[in-house]
Amino acid sequence: MASETELNAGIEDGVRRRDFINIAAVSFAGVGSVAVVLPLLNQMNPSADVLALSSTEIDISAIQPGQAIKTSWRKQPVFVRNLVAKEIAEAKAVPMGDLRDPETIDQRTKPGKENWLITLGVCTHLGCVPLGAAEGENRGDFGGYFCPCHGSHYDTAARIRKGPAPKNLVVPPYEFTSDTVVTIG
Amino acid sequence: MSFPWAKPYEPTHPLMKWMDEKLPIPRLVYNATGPGYPVPRNLNYFWNFGVLAGAALMIQIITGIVLAMHYAANADVAFNSVEHIMRDVNAGWFIRYAHMNGASMFFIVVYLHIFRGLYYGSYKAPREMVWLLGVVIFLLMMATAFMGYVLPWGQMSFWGAQVITGFFSAIPLVGEPVREWLLGGFVPDNATLNRFFSLHYLLPFVILGVIILHIWALHIPGSSNPTGIEVKDEQDTVPFHPYYTAKDGFGVGVFLLVFVALTFFSPNTLGHADNYIPANSLSTPAHIVPEWYFLPFYAILKAFTFNFLWIDAKLWGVIAMFASIALLFFLPWLDSSPIKSSNYRPLYRIFFWILVADVLLLGWCGMQPAEQPWVILSQLGAIYYFAHFLVILPIVSRIERPLPMPNSITEAVLAKHATDATSASATA
Repeated sequence: MASETELNAGIEDGVRRRDFINIAAVSFAGVGSVAVVLPLLNQMNPSADVLALSSTEIDISAIQPGQAIKTSWRKQPVFVRNLVAKEIAEAKAVPMGDLRDPETIDQRTKPGKENWLITLGVCTHLGCVPLGAAEGENRGDFGGYFCPCHGSHYDTAARIRKGPAPKNLVVPPYEFTSDTVVTIG
Repeated sequence: MSFPWAKPYEPTHPLMKWMDEKLPIPRLVYNATGPGYPVPRNLNYFWNFGVLAGAALMIQIITGIVLAMHYAANADVAFNSVEHIMRDVNAGWFIRYAHMNGASMFFIVVYLHIFRGLYYGSYKAPREMVWLLGVVIFLLMMATAFMGYVLPWGQMSFWGAQVITGFFSAIPLVGEPVREWLLGGFVPDNATLNRFFSLHYLLPFVILGVIILHIWALHIPGSSNPTGIEVKDEQDTVPFHPYYTAKDGFGVGVFLLVFVALTFFSPNTLGHADNYIPANSLSTPAHIVPEWYFLPFYAILKAFTFNFLWIDAKLWGVIAMFASIALLFFLPWLDSSPIKSSNYRPLYRIFFWILVADVLLLGWCGMQPAEQPWVILSQLGAIYYFAHFLVILPIVSRIERPLPMPNSITEAVLAKHATDATSASATA
């Protein structure tokens, strides 16, 4: 057994070899534990097959003005609506100050194709599918979409106007591959 | 850890003596739930609900383990595997209905247990830690119940998972990545179902662990009682066994009667018909509501329909909902009155019953669609709920003049006995 004097022998600054070993061992174990936790947390993120963004092609030729269809992209519902002139005019007439998430209809559609409103059908509140895409469904107080779960109303440009949702319905990345075909993703 | 007059454990049989030296489990049981644990002599039937909650947990664990032998946690087959349990597995319908209704029974007894704690001030010193651990158990129960409800992969399962994981997307900046991390995708899917099954199997055992801590913390000061006066000497107590093992045994019998009546005669009353429709990620049920035990909190979530200050409505709703439960952690310090039992608190008692009515009102509103008058009622109900804990309770506990109290548990019991005897002789 080493006595206290022996352990402290030759040390003037009060730091013993043992203190160094303690700090080094605990730090090493700490870094090691964190390194093990990272993959354990990361495994919960979307896996490669989920992330592989399949792009969806939609034929929009059959959608008449005033009609909308519901399709899906990355397993999420997508609304494609062929707006009528009145709906576009209504959307343009709204002053930006009245909007919770200010965006013009031009920002939400492609140039020259502003009658095509393509959004995710996922309410930005808690993710229900709003009503209004199918014939005869409740389109809410602003003539766009209405989410029945918690009562969010969207206008003709699918912008949030009333209720608990914080954002406009999301416009996914898409482009017109031809006049009648849209590729989402 | 116990009162000085607690009966000591003295094994006589050589085997028990041998066991006591090697692994003193019989000693532990004797001193925790046996003759070696003195308990106030005046506990009423509200003190049964802790044991009943334990019984409900055991029923859930046993039926759950059996169900897991037949269930398949895969989005393609989960719904059908539950139908397979219902139609093909021997007695499968009974085990699943017992598990479904067992969850409701668990929440009923736990809500009554919390009611008892609130009315009789069981959360006050020296039992704050018992209360805090209880709130932890309650949170774990909610997480477990939610994830269990997702497993059948019906419409309510799917949309419940979508909405509840949506809560996390309200967190500024990191919300959406956190939600995707929880789901393992952009919508609830196979990855979500698998991890929920794994955690749904794990959490009940975590609950069991916290219950052991809850009971450990309880056994340091010992049980509270309807007078709220602490035990003073031996005549205030009776041994747990046989007095309370018998009383709890009777309670368990009544509990089981209600439980089997619900399971056999009305197994789907507390569920939702929509959950017998397979999950469809493109169509939300017209009216989505959580299980009944979440309704008051759901109403608080739905009460926030407008942006306020710099925080949007969605984040307010989520903050308020979590805060309504987190508030319970602060209860022992929000109520500064030294009087525990509401029987001696005339003013608090009034507000206590208003709170009970308010929570029932919120529960009713939680069930209704997001329309008037339910929105305004939820808003008023939510305001009152927070006002009760943050404003009324601190004020009442300072200004209230309590009723005269007996000096001891025994005095209270004998006084009651004397009144009963007088009225009995008066009638005779």
